[in-house]
Amino acid sequence: MIEIENINKSFGKLKVLDNVNLSCKKGECIALIGPNACGKTTLIKSILGMVVPDSGVIKFNGHSIHKSFEYRASIGYMPQIGRYPDNMSIRGIVEMVKLIRNHKGDLDEELFEKFKLKELGNKFMRTLSGGTTQKVSATLAFLFNPEVLILDEPTAGLDPLASEILKEKVIREKEKGKLVLITSHLLSELDELITQIIFMQDGKVVFHKNTGELQVESGEEKISKAIAHILRQQQT
Amino acid sequence: MKRIAKIVGTDILRNRIVVVYTLILACLSWSVFALEDNSSKGLLTLLNIILLTVPLVSVIFSTIYIYNSQEFIELLLSQPVQRKTIWRSLFYGLSLSLSISFFIGAGLPILIFSPADIAWMMVLMGCAISIIFAALAMLSSIFTRDKARGIGIAIVLWLMFSLLFDGLLMFLSFQFAEYPIEKPMVAIVALNPIDLARILILLHLDVSAMMGQTGAIFKNFFGTHVGIATTFSILGLWVIVPYKISLKRFEQKDL
Repeated sequence: MIEIENINKSFGKLKVLDNVNLSCKKGECIALIGPNACGKTTLIKSILGMVVPDSGVIKFNGHSIHKSFEYRASIGYMPQIGRYPDNMSIRGIVEMVKLIRNHKGDLDEELFEKFKLKELGNKFMRTLSGGTTQKVSATLAFLFNPEVLILDEPTAGLDPLASEILKEKVIREKEKGKLVLITSHLLSELDELITQIIFMQDGKVVFHKNTGELQVESGEEKISKAIAHILRQQQT
Repeated sequence: MKRIAKIVGTDILRNRIVVVYTLILACLSWSVFALEDNSSKGLLTLLNIILLTVPLVSVIFSTIYIYNSQEFIELLLSQPVQRKTIWRSLFYGLSLSLSISFFIGAGLPILIFSPADIAWMMVLMGCAISIIFAALAMLSSIFTRDKARGIGIAIVLWLMFSLLFDGLLMFLSFQFAEYPIEKPMVAIVALNPIDLARILILLHLDVSAMMGQTGAIFKNFFGTHVGIATTFSILGLWVIVPYKISLKRFEQKDL
């Protein structure tokens, strides 16, 4: 579904992505993890075309995304820090995105209702707390039933109740055969969701493995512990 | 494309600064025509006011608006929308709404009080200047991420075209007073859209007789159909070139 071939990206002298190769298939729920500033968000933004890589190819369903935009109709993106026009209300934002997408199929308004955004509809974006802004981002990501969901630190800033709602939603969507790409620092949160793990460090992919494989290799039940185990191994 | 331009356009027209700008233009124009019984004199006064304020407001407002649209741009970029479409919509939205407020504020009184041909020329030039400076604003805001610096560039651009350029021109004409510089002067003037607009309007007023030999040479060139067509093409270039450069940069920009 998404093929990434030899992607390189530098910001000035800093090399953010160093020859990254990845392949993500349908029906997987992939955790993209790694320390701060290892290039996770840059990688995601390259897939979305917000960052233009210096070299390399990214393919979506077999077609290069370079200079293409239609493919983004099949992606729902939830940014790490959602930034929205200050002077628009929640309802205004949702309506505007609907208008821009001009989506023909069914809309998935489950999160909009579960997060109780309807009651907050008239609130302006500048008055919202970080958590509520995240809820708006999540709602927008799921709204158009996209084939691919890209969630950048989805649970950061959400209260436990909301993050549970979001997690359940992600599991349901994964079961429908969608590709879900999640970045997170909180490894323990991902245990029940993910089927694959991509670990990045200093702009390089250290490994890309199935969770089962990882558990067998490390002899640990919990994914968070399995990763910690492997990292320790690498350091020694 | 139309949808996004419409969103941008209505957002700008509702903006308080644009409303105030329209009102100020309207106040100035109505009072100038009310004070002067000779519409030609009124036009001359208004011309100077317009050529000072319209570029200033257009360039600074547009620059600030683009910086404040950063979030909007980011939101659109994660949607299936072409980069070109986003940038073009911003440009269309800005030029259209600035032209509309110029037309309502200054254009209507000018059309009411002045003879038709010169009045339309004035309206056209006002809109052209608004659009040119919106394009320059897009250029100045794409070159730096820092809002303060971007606005600084915008102000310098305005200063250059409104004041410094004329100073330079004066300096040149005094330095080379001994030489026949009138013809090169016509070419140099093309480097400043404000001067172009001013000359084109002055030559349509009767006062051009007072401009001496340079005026005569200007009239020889700018008074003809070829001259007018050339001027309009140059004004067109002043829109297209900055806009295209900014578009090229925007398509490569990391957000």
